[in-house]
Amino acid sequence: MAMTNEMGDYQTTSTLETFGFLPPLTQEEIYAQVAYILAQGWTPAIEHVHPSQSMRHYWTMWKLPFFGEDNLANVVTELESCHRNYPDHHVRLLGYDNYAQSQGSAFVVFEGRR
Amino acid sequence: MSVKTYDAGVKDYRLNYWTPDYVPLDTDLLACFKVTGQPGVPREEVAAAVAAESSTGTWTTVWSDLLTDLDYYKGRAYRIEDVPGDSESFYAFVAYPIDLFEEGSMTNVLTSLVGNVFGFKALKHLRLEDIRFPIAYIKTCNGPPAGIQVERDRLNKYGRPLVGGTIKPKLGMSAKNYGRAVYECLRGGLDFTKDDENVNSQPFMRWQDRFEFVANAIHTAQQETGEVKGHYLNVTAPDPEQMYERAEFVKELGVPILMHDFLTGGFTANTGLAKWCRRNNMLMHVHRAMHAVIDRHPKHGIHFRVLAKCLRLSGGDHLHTGTVVGKLEGDRAPTLGFVDQLRESFVPEDRKRGVFFDQDWGSMPGLFAVASGGIHVWHMPALVTIFGDDSVLQFGGGTQGHPWGNAAGAAANRVAVEACVKARNEGRDLEKEARDILMEAGKNSPELAIALETWKEIKFEFETVDKLDVG
Repeated sequence: MAMTNEMGDYQTTSTLETFGFLPPLTQEEIYAQVAYILAQGWTPAIEHVHPSQSMRHYWTMWKLPFFGEDNLANVVTELESCHRNYPDHHVRLLGYDNYAQSQGSAFVVFEGRR
Repeated sequence: MSVKTYDAGVKDYRLNYWTPDYVPLDTDLLACFKVTGQPGVPREEVAAAVAAESSTGTWTTVWSDLLTDLDYYKGRAYRIEDVPGDSESFYAFVAYPIDLFEEGSMTNVLTSLVGNVFGFKALKHLRLEDIRFPIAYIKTCNGPPAGIQVERDRLNKYGRPLVGGTIKPKLGMSAKNYGRAVYECLRGGLDFTKDDENVNSQPFMRWQDRFEFVANAIHTAQQETGEVKGHYLNVTAPDPEQMYERAEFVKELGVPILMHDFLTGGFTANTGLAKWCRRNNMLMHVHRAMHAVIDRHPKHGIHFRVLAKCLRLSGGDHLHTGTVVGKLEGDRAPTLGFVDQLRESFVPEDRKRGVFFDQDWGSMPGLFAVASGGIHVWHMPALVTIFGDDSVLQFGGGTQGHPWGNAAGAAANRVAVEACVKARNEGRDLEKEARDILMEAGKNSPELAIALETWKEIKFEFETVDKLDVG
């Protein structure tokens, strides 16, 4: 973008936490993040919710966390499958870190229509 | 037990307090002092004097010494080591039996270890370099009210450092204008804003007024952005009663986090407030005003790693640690050394990081390391590399100094931190590719592009005063 000294008007946007300020991830970028989760030894998990409910602590789980999964293509297939079944929902990928008892990673892969 | 007889007079400290054959117990509290004695006094005598004066000893024998078993209660100097590259000073290691200390009291531990002994005439300088707290003592402490994992769960923020900013100018604004500055930062993408440490309850902005406007700003930003927001409302007060009164109001307003200054407020106040926060599901941000008075001189005072350990035991969910790269003092290796002490459950001895003892933290929760002071978007790749995800990166001037104002400045920081996390996860080297990563991210964010242009020349490169001891 061209540099300008003109004052811009910053409009507040509704965002969905980590990576919410970046452009939507490409297919390749999603693969890279899934690979990172698997490389850390974390368990990938998918959850989804209607955009009107995005501030809930608990979104709906898509199946169970994929314990022991080491094939990133399978994780991406599940993400797409969840998105196909709930096209108007946000779909989020988590990496459960059982050592820290926390989520090492969590970001929205598909945004539902708002 | 052998019968001792009273023999009045002054004895060499080393007769009782220098015990080179002693093997420390797992329950002993161990300390490493950097000692600089007056010329001509033998090292063993000085080390023994430090052990004596910080435990059971006084300058002369008294008859009532014989009414107890001093061999059970005394501190023992058990090892002496050279300080690399320094012929004047040496390290003295002292073991203290756990019964010398009241349970859960950092106030008591420090009153003993860094009390009268620091004014002792036989010493030119004295510095407490490190403490090994036995796990038995750690289990008597309350520690962080929530800890890293609980805080992340409450805030729903995972897999990245949190971003914050201290509201500027730090003094002189009205409460409503101050709340405006908070709102603008939060709507733009910061997770937290912060009262500066000296914002308490001055005539220009009383605490009730500030708390109400700030709470309104938080709740509005939260509704508009769909993300959880917070502002560290500083409850540091003239006395504990007023401190708790302010904490109660933070809770009443539904703000998730408050703030305390642990050194000026004191360990007793800090520990009490941490316990209140645990009971009330409140997060606690801890500032460290006055630390540089205590920790900056390389030969005298207390190293910050000790203050950081004590704070973890006293309680707090965030602690300022310096930035390594910004405007304030702090070398990388020792900073990483005490950041580990805040966050890990076990930290091994590592002299390269200034860590003198293995430290087992047991189940004590960890707390976020806070990097704050003179940092801006260009520092982001280094900050993410140095501090990792479990940190709060705070950009005060680096948010509010943006040409478009706070909201755009906040967005620039948020884009930068997310771009760095994404690149790191993709396996890229953040520090080597810093420029490319930021410039790429700036292509999709005019706010970041302008921030990069604004701060491209700012650096803080001065020699560090307190360096690690290496030959």
